[in-house]
Amino acid sequence: MKLKALKFAPLLALSLLLAGCAGMTGSEQAQDGAPITEGGQDGSADGAQTSGAQEGGAWSGSPLENPDSLLYTKTIYFDYDVDEVRADYRDVVAAHGDYLAANPAVTVTIEGHADERGSREYNIALGERRANGVKRLLMAQGAAENQIITISYGEERPAAMGSGETSWELNRRAEFVY
Amino acid sequence: MTMMKRFLSLILLLCWAVNAGAAPLTIEITEGAEGALPIAVVPFAWAGPGAGPGAADVGGAIAEIVRNDLQRSGRFSALPVKDMLARPQSDSDVEFRDWKVLGMDNLVVGQVRPNGQGGYLVRFQLFDVFKGEQLAGYNFPTTSRDLRSTAHRIADIIYEKLTGQPGAFDTRIAYVVSSNKADGSQEVSLKVADADGFDPQTIVTSSEPLMSPAWAPDGRRLAYVSFEQKKASIYVQEVFTGQRQKVASFKGINGAPAWSPDGRKLALTLSRDGNPEIYVLNINTNALTRLTNHYAIDTEPAWSPDGRFIIFTSDRGGKPQIYRVPAFGGKVSRVTFEGDYNARASYAPDGASVALVTRQGGDFRVAVLNLANSALQVLSEGRLDESPSFAPNGSMIIYATKINGKGELAAVSVDGRIRQRLALQEGDVREPVWSPYTKTNRRNP
Repeated sequence: MKLKALKFAPLLALSLLLAGCAGMTGSEQAQDGAPITEGGQDGSADGAQTSGAQEGGAWSGSPLENPDSLLYTKTIYFDYDVDEVRADYRDVVAAHGDYLAANPAVTVTIEGHADERGSREYNIALGERRANGVKRLLMAQGAAENQIITISYGEERPAAMGSGETSWELNRRAEFVY
Repeated sequence: MTMMKRFLSLILLLCWAVNAGAAPLTIEITEGAEGALPIAVVPFAWAGPGAGPGAADVGGAIAEIVRNDLQRSGRFSALPVKDMLARPQSDSDVEFRDWKVLGMDNLVVGQVRPNGQGGYLVRFQLFDVFKGEQLAGYNFPTTSRDLRSTAHRIADIIYEKLTGQPGAFDTRIAYVVSSNKADGSQEVSLKVADADGFDPQTIVTSSEPLMSPAWAPDGRRLAYVSFEQKKASIYVQEVFTGQRQKVASFKGINGAPAWSPDGRKLALTLSRDGNPEIYVLNINTNALTRLTNHYAIDTEPAWSPDGRFIIFTSDRGGKPQIYRVPAFGGKVSRVTFEGDYNARASYAPDGASVALVTRQGGDFRVAVLNLANSALQVLSEGRLDESPSFAPNGSMIIYATKINGKGELAAVSVDGRIRQRLALQEGDVREPVWSPYTKTNRRNP
């Protein structure tokens, strides 16, 4: 599953370079209509210097953008109808918890998502459980409650279109949006 | 069987689109009932001076809508106009012999005449061909804007006279459409259309999710969930004016609004106290009452038509099942026992059964649970069917399905014998909800 997360890495790095701003994830951007700013964009443009990527040697930017860091992984995946963080993502979540504990001014939004199966409002509840499960683990690492916002999108914002396990496993996820 | 074949793959292209830019919509009757009643609906005659307004065949259009409504219900087999031997306009020129020969049980004729500025008077008569007598006859004053609605009312009257059950043609549906814009971004809209899919009107658009539309009992307001402020909030919007009010925006989930039968309260799901629970919100006083208290998921409330109970989905037993609680609080009791996934239940208008989503193997299907004997009848045949909603006469259930990976709407009769597909040409369509009867479109004049 880590491989799947890494599939998005080049795209993510590119978008970060282009945006020159920390915290953009693969989530959709707010458009017209409701005057909304993307959660990842506000409050988190705190000095991410992605230029260090080209220079080799020591990473000089935010550890959130360091491809060698566990913090680079900002999407974790779940088993069907399960809200418990999988064993293979415990390290990732712990790293984010440590990072938040060490940087009390940083806030993160945990977005919980579900695949399309089952009813929509039940999936909202399932997505919230996933987000809350991640939140509890972050707090267990020492992150403060007021650093963590949770929101569930249920099945409303799929990462992958299409009906089938290959899409579904990419959609059962929680995203860290800094 | 011949009747079934006749219905199979019969595609009615309804092209009398009033609204420019309205996505064309096809209604395909995928399966019809045997024993559909043969009926002839003669194009209504223009009874005014000249050839009619702008040479438009107003009477022909009305008769076509009536014919399509009746046909679409699966309860009627409408005679094609080209097969008609005569075009009578009223009782005085009907020769019942002509219609007996064609095997018709019933005959509808009518006239349209001018009625003041921009107005019409539509007159129609329904006959029993064998008895040779009139069963119904009405005059409807209407306007060019309300012609479709008038035609649906006529279909409702015919349906009720001949089946004994009120029609639900002059009603509407609300649904959510998600589409990708040219720049690749997502646009989500909440739309309202006539029950036959015509005249879709967008009432909310957002780049963030919109969910769970719910008609108020007056048919004039919709409650829905919007993420437009980067969190879930519940709004109540006047369908005709577009005015709206944010009624719930607590921390966490604000979801699954459901109206009380008196239209004063909303049952909803809030997780403000830590996990999803069912609450009742009085939308006039903002008084909030918590109905459930359990660490499990409690969501998707729906009121019984008598207002005494609220059913909801809960996984307190380990898997999602339907439970029931008195609407003013009290002991929770379990409603569904069959299968390991039952969710999104809503009452039939008579309160005797509920429609719900049930998992069968790996497939999610729409089913009806008889509350008296707990018999569960699975009605849909898709793999990802959801969001069932009863027609206000209880005859059909509209629901969301996936066809070739795209969300579409379908309807099935409560006995499972009649199936329809409502295919919008663009976007992913979901969460259909059938309107109640409204004061303005009460079925009898």
